[in-house]
Amino acid sequence: MSITDQTFKPKIVAFCCNWCSYAGADLAGSSRLTYPADVKIIRVPCSCRVNPMFVLRAFEKGADGVILCGCHPGDCHYTTGNYYARRRMTLLFSMLDFIGVENGRTRVEWVSAAEGTKFSQTMNEFVEKIYSLGKNVRLEDLRCQSQ
Amino acid sequence: MQRIGVFVCHCGSNIAATVDVKKVVEMAAKEPGVVHAEDYQYMCSEAGQSKVINAIREKNLTGVVICSCSPRMHEATFRKAAEKAGLNPYMVEIANIREHCSWIHKDIQEATEKAVILARTAIAKVNLDTPLYPGESRVTKRALVIGGGIAGIQSALDIADAGYEVDIVEKLPSIGGRMSQLDKTFPTLDCSACILTPKMVEASAHEKITIYTYSEVEKVSGFVGDFTVDIRKKARSVDMDKCTGCGVCSSKCPSKKNPNEFNRGLDNRSAIYIPFAQAIPNVPVIDRENCIKFKTGKCGVCSKVCQAGAIDYEQKDEIVTKKYGAIVVATGFDVIKLDNYDEYAYSQSRDVITSLELERIMNAAGPTKGHLERLSDGKAPENIVFVQCVGSRCADSRGKSYCSKICCMYTAKHAMLIRDKYPDTKVTVFYIDVRTPGKNFDEFYRRAVEDYGVNYIKGQVGKVLPQPDGTLLVQASDLLDNRQIRMEADMVVLAAAIEPNPDVRRIATMLTASIDTNNFLTEAHAKLRPVESPTAGIFLSGVCQGPKDIPETVAQAGAAAVKAIGLLAKDKLTTNPCTAHSDELLCNGCSQCANVCPYGAISYEDHLVNDHGVRETRRVAVVNNALCQGCGACTVTCPSGAMDLQGFSNRQIIAEVDAICR
Amino acid sequence: MSDAIKDRTPAASCDTGYSERKSMPVRFSNANAAEQIREISGVNPLKCMKCGKCSATCPAFDEMDIKPHQFVSYVLNEDIEALVQSKSLWKCLSCFACVERCPRDVQPGRLIDAARQIVVRQRGQNYLIADEIPELLDEDTPQQLLVSALRRYRR
Repeated sequence: MSITDQTFKPKIVAFCCNWCSYAGADLAGSSRLTYPADVKIIRVPCSCRVNPMFVLRAFEKGADGVILCGCHPGDCHYTTGNYYARRRMTLLFSMLDFIGVENGRTRVEWVSAAEGTKFSQTMNEFVEKIYSLGKNVRLEDLRCQSQ
Repeated sequence: MQRIGVFVCHCGSNIAATVDVKKVVEMAAKEPGVVHAEDYQYMCSEAGQSKVINAIREKNLTGVVICSCSPRMHEATFRKAAEKAGLNPYMVEIANIREHCSWIHKDIQEATEKAVILARTAIAKVNLDTPLYPGESRVTKRALVIGGGIAGIQSALDIADAGYEVDIVEKLPSIGGRMSQLDKTFPTLDCSACILTPKMVEASAHEKITIYTYSEVEKVSGFVGDFTVDIRKKARSVDMDKCTGCGVCSSKCPSKKNPNEFNRGLDNRSAIYIPFAQAIPNVPVIDRENCIKFKTGKCGVCSKVCQAGAIDYEQKDEIVTKKYGAIVVATGFDVIKLDNYDEYAYSQSRDVITSLELERIMNAAGPTKGHLERLSDGKAPENIVFVQCVGSRCADSRGKSYCSKICCMYTAKHAMLIRDKYPDTKVTVFYIDVRTPGKNFDEFYRRAVEDYGVNYIKGQVGKVLPQPDGTLLVQASDLLDNRQIRMEADMVVLAAAIEPNPDVRRIATMLTASIDTNNFLTEAHAKLRPVESPTAGIFLSGVCQGPKDIPETVAQAGAAAVKAIGLLAKDKLTTNPCTAHSDELLCNGCSQCANVCPYGAISYEDHLVNDHGVRETRRVAVVNNALCQGCGACTVTCPSGAMDLQGFSNRQIIAEVDAICR
Repeated sequence: MSDAIKDRTPAASCDTGYSERKSMPVRFSNANAAEQIREISGVNPLKCMKCGKCSATCPAFDEMDIKPHQFVSYVLNEDIEALVQSKSLWKCLSCFACVERCPRDVQPGRLIDAARQIVVRQRGQNYLIADEIPELLDEDTPQQLLVSALRRYRR
């Protein structure tokens, strides 16, 4: 698929920490700050709950981008969770990049409960990036394709 | 297979305007496990809730999905409704199709598609939901306060006034702490003892407060609401009940050359001693290391002179074991050792002193009876130099990286008091910044400069050289004049950094309370939960959490007390059921989960497991549900996949991922 | 001097004496030079909290036109031209009192040392020739400078 393909609808999974980013997404909603409908949010108790397996699973099932949002460093509801998430994802993303899932398809972002604007901005940027990268073909399990 | 009911809310036009609600219902009904699907104007209304309740009852639903606003808004509402209908409340999931969908998308087709996906994601999760039951644990209605300084006393008084029993454990022979060593307090200059002593008396007289002085916490086990603590009552060698506090023993004691800790070692005390006049309890203690009777076996003077027969050389340490519901840590601080600061000649000259030593010198009960004099020759100093930030704000290993917060104010206080009492004394303060945030604080500092003529110079002292004539040569910079100053001083006072009491590390380990690199106890949230430790049931009072002055300490002590009272007021604690649990067949006992757990909720036990017919004892991780807060850090760390989080299990999140990517 | 050693000394600098080299003009792009100073010294001048302890401790303070605590701001402001033209550049004794006592590990002594380095590097030959030393000594040369020079080369 090419970048100009109008029929390309990316699948984007966003893992959001219940205490900050999920609330930030709620604030983006109540402030009517739009971002593309391609983003679907999964609520997790903390960014450190996101197992790298979940990210791999998403790509395997045909996701085109995965974004993980947590509390700002130092603000984690559970004190240190986001630090673990940051380390794990840094490692995972560099490995994914190595096997061909470009760095632009994965992202970690700190969004607080008060940052509705930042949430929608981040999502807009991220989706735009995914559109420019096009469909992700690496890692996808061909047996799982819906067609 | 679950029997799931899907309820789609219009939210007036909030959702229905951009999402085709009927379409969502139609598509949801086709999902596996869904046996009921309907929509309604306002699902959160009484009528909407009764629709949910009726459907649960009539169709024997085992799971419910509500497509509505954010779960942060109405999850609790629908969980309650489900409970009313006899369904486990944790079998309810919310698909957020308002904040995350209808409000941010304009195109109806696009928004409807997304709403359908969000609904099927929630359905996928409910399909794997299991009923969860919040645990209950009982609360022992007694609090322990570790540390008997102003923070500990205040916390204890507040908890006791609310009607709960409190025990104070103090390491030293008397309560009172650092504040009892101070002469005057800023910014009002009232005498420290005058305001502290009534509090000490109140605490000792309070029927709900038990004070264990000369005692230490030895062992802590249990968890929030149900701690078991061993307290070591060190042998005082004096019978607390018989002693009348007359003080004859100390005056007759022949071993008198022991450094007096209360006066920072500036003078000496006898081996049997009461630390200070207002001590509570007013009972002496024998310092066994320096007592002639204990060293040589020959003496016993105190025993002979004691009319009450209170001296007991045979007394042994005693261990008291008690149960507590809450623990307040108020271990306080000390000033740092200045051994590594040769440039200030602290160890070379007796006339270079710390501010806390000056505090004792200025105090009427101090080593000089309150006369400001040089310790080397007893002369009155004509020139006094104060040096700020000695060891505070240091990037190197000699000092502390933080600002000690109280030094600017107490230096202004000392300078002002000296100028007031000895107007002929010249006082110079070398400062880097003067930090005086606080009510009436900057006004206080300005008064020192404007009304009392204290000479503040912006610059740091580079070195202090003791001169043969006994004076001190101070070499400093004056940054605003861009010059180097060499001046003679008779006394140099160093505002040494403060550091948490060195014992706090041992105590924090026992409590599994987290501690930062500076040995300050970490708060549960830097802004929103500043007086609680991340470990449930542990509260932080005073400087053990970070540098503070007296008003802040008292305020925090009160706040910690209120948090403790809030806990003690409960008969039972309901625990969050979304906690981690370990599959003992998969666990290999590697300890990685315990290492990442911020709450110390994971321990290891030897369990007899039956692994496919093989019965053996294995070391496995066990999660304490009362302590686990459900962050899930352990679940990801676990290399064998034994750890999982209830309510957010691996299978559930993967099912959600699959539903989105389908 | 053996031929082998001679070969290793840059040809140009062999012809000029130390005094001539010392008076050779130097030119710097300031931003670049500031970066070079940061790199050579390994010091982050942003760590400075402006306490002035370096100037308070400096034994050569009175000799200097730019004071030790100002070294930091000169590097921060990338005003290296002024720094290398200053008297202080050669008045610093490299006694490292400021390095020892700086509470923030900013170490102004290392900064000025690095400034000297870039000057010396630009002029080429950066070693004294042993024979030249007696003629360079005068009453004003502080002994400590000689001691610290030896310390520098030991490192």
